[in-house]
Amino acid sequence: MRPVMTDLTRSPTRAGALSAARALPIVCAFLLGVFVIGGTGFAQMAAAHNAAHDHRHSIGFPCH
Amino acid sequence: MTLFRTIVLLAALVGFGAGVVLTVVQQFGTQPLIVKAEVFEQARSEASAPKPHDHEPSGAHDHLAASAADVAAAEAHEHGGGDEWAPADGAERFLWTLAANVVSGVGFALLLVAASELKGGLTSWREGLFWGLAGFAVFTLAPSIGLPPEAPGVEGAPLMDRQVWWIGTAVATAAGLALLAYGRSALAALGAIVLIAAPHVIGAPQATEAPAIPRDLEHDFVVAVTVTGFVFWAAIGVLAGALRGRFAAA
Repeated sequence: MRPVMTDLTRSPTRAGALSAARALPIVCAFLLGVFVIGGTGFAQMAAAHNAAHDHRHSIGFPCH
Repeated sequence: MTLFRTIVLLAALVGFGAGVVLTVVQQFGTQPLIVKAEVFEQARSEASAPKPHDHEPSGAHDHLAASAADVAAAEAHEHGGGDEWAPADGAERFLWTLAANVVSGVGFALLLVAASELKGGLTSWREGLFWGLAGFAVFTLAPSIGLPPEAPGVEGAPLMDRQVWWIGTAVATAAGLALLAYGRSALAALGAIVLIAAPHVIGAPQATEAPAIPRDLEHDFVVAVTVTGFVFWAAIGVLAGALRGRFAAA
């Protein structure tokens, strides 16, 4: 990612576009993480709870 | 979207490694305590009426009282109707736990890697370790102040209330730490302190019922979860910091 940073400092006009181009995929990846954790840690469906039961207890999620 | 693909790929590798580490630590730390606590939990639920109980492989247990779900939810260990699928003890249960550990590992790694990319990306395993410590503070330490990790047999307040408090505390702590680390002014630091303290001033939803398990088991479980969480987060941070350099060209 360093080359990107050099571009950023070199060209302020491109900087805005670049940082917006960086922010979108980063936010998408973050939201994907939230979704994944919601499934393993917080979904209240019985089957999801039972499958992930020991995991939830071990990580300190509120379980049942 | 190469950056998106890069983050997901890196998080997948990191999550897999951290999930395996978690599984190993868990087998020696929390798992024996969970099994021990379930004996008490089961004894209580058997003593206090015919109730559904899903820890057993189906067939090993009477699944009565699906109709009494409301009552049972309030006072006993209730997972739903009563006849839902649950993994059988032994290899099946272990494999599902391993899978959940890895999937959660990937989820938490996505959060850590994405957040660190906003700050330009991790440059070393050591920097990753500090991010991992922040994750530990956000997702293990802070929620467990108000809601100590519950072994089976420790009944809490209604699940939804606890989940809301847990998530709110994690979000407030993360925002507070970010303000502390990257805020420029004293006002930002003050805001950070308020954010981190607020969930505990508000207070976590508390249980109305005494736990079914002995106090020392309860205590050991809290310690085991905290240490397990520490190792898990250290693994996520170190792996993310160490592996990120290999993806930096993307």
